[in-house]
Amino acid sequence: MMKIQKFSILAFLFVAFSFSAYSQNVKLLSIDQLNERVKNGKDSTYVVNFWATWCAPCIKELPHFEKLQADYKSDKVKVLLVSVDFKSKLSSAVVPFVKRKNLKNEVFLLNESSPQEYIDRIDPSWSGSIPATLFIKGDKRKFVESEFTYEQLLTEYKKL
Amino acid sequence: MKKIILLVMLAFSAFLSQAQNATLKAGDTAPDFKLKNVDGKEVSFNSFPKAKGYIVVFTCNTCPYAVGYEQRIIDLDNKFRPQGYPVIAINPNDPEASTADTFDKMQELAKNKKYPFPYLFDAGQKVTDQYGAKRTPHLFIVSKTPKGNVVEYVGAIDNDPEGNNAQKTKYAEDVIAALKSNQKPAITQTKEIGCTVKRKAKA
Repeated sequence: MMKIQKFSILAFLFVAFSFSAYSQNVKLLSIDQLNERVKNGKDSTYVVNFWATWCAPCIKELPHFEKLQADYKSDKVKVLLVSVDFKSKLSSAVVPFVKRKNLKNEVFLLNESSPQEYIDRIDPSWSGSIPATLFIKGDKRKFVESEFTYEQLLTEYKKL
Repeated sequence: MKKIILLVMLAFSAFLSQAQNATLKAGDTAPDFKLKNVDGKEVSFNSFPKAKGYIVVFTCNTCPYAVGYEQRIIDLDNKFRPQGYPVIAINPNDPEASTADTFDKMQELAKNKKYPFPYLFDAGQKVTDQYGAKRTPHLFIVSKTPKGNVVEYVGAIDNDPEGNNAQKTKYAEDVIAALKSNQKPAITQTKEIGCTVKRKAKA
């Protein structure tokens, strides 16, 4: 009996720890928190990509964002990958995806419930289709609602 | 002087190309079209002579959001076609850019799922651009008025893409309820996440 109890406590601790370790990889993020992150961050340029695990063109372009971050780190650029997957998919889809693809960028899950409100707050021109990317450099904001090749992404980034 | 004229022309053409892709809004004229249905016949607004309006939905075979809404689109047609508001579905994706959205694959899906509504192929994405459809699914509710076909609502079907909220706001149904009682809908535009319209890569 003792043994079973010990085992279940251990098992519980294991699950609890691994869950908290996982969820650290993908944090929930509201628009307010995103704005704070950009305002108070130490980097000078932010490239915020909106994607989802179910979106094929998004998955195709994720490596370009990984490469941009790796190649231009010294520029003080920060790539933030913000998933618009359903919140219920955090541990069943988003976290395993991030782990499987071994994403190095910071990954978040958008913690908003009203698309009517948050889509316009990201950019009034956004229809809601993904992939979509927001570039922020100081006071400048540029929003692009389309898929990128690496060259196109680099061109947009260098135009800032 | 020539340079200035050229610049003005360039600016104007840039304006035009942008205007072409702007999404229609409530109050705009809904352009008629003549597109090939999965049964091989051409469909336009006139294919429904008794209709009071139309539920035009840009949707596709592939997008998980479109798949998630598929049954709800079928339900809309079953409920509102008898009341004078049939669904007309248009696939906005380029079949080369999205190989699961070819005309053959559209026929297959419409047959398997027994679509009660037309499912139209938009060759060259012309109607997609006229309406400024940006994503799938993207819904336009149109009413037939003495002044022509008028857009009444643009946006999402409801506010529950995941399909598990019993308290959902059914935007499309609310719009048609308002139109049927000769009122303007309270909400004429909504936004929702969706898949981008697939286009050939630009040269």
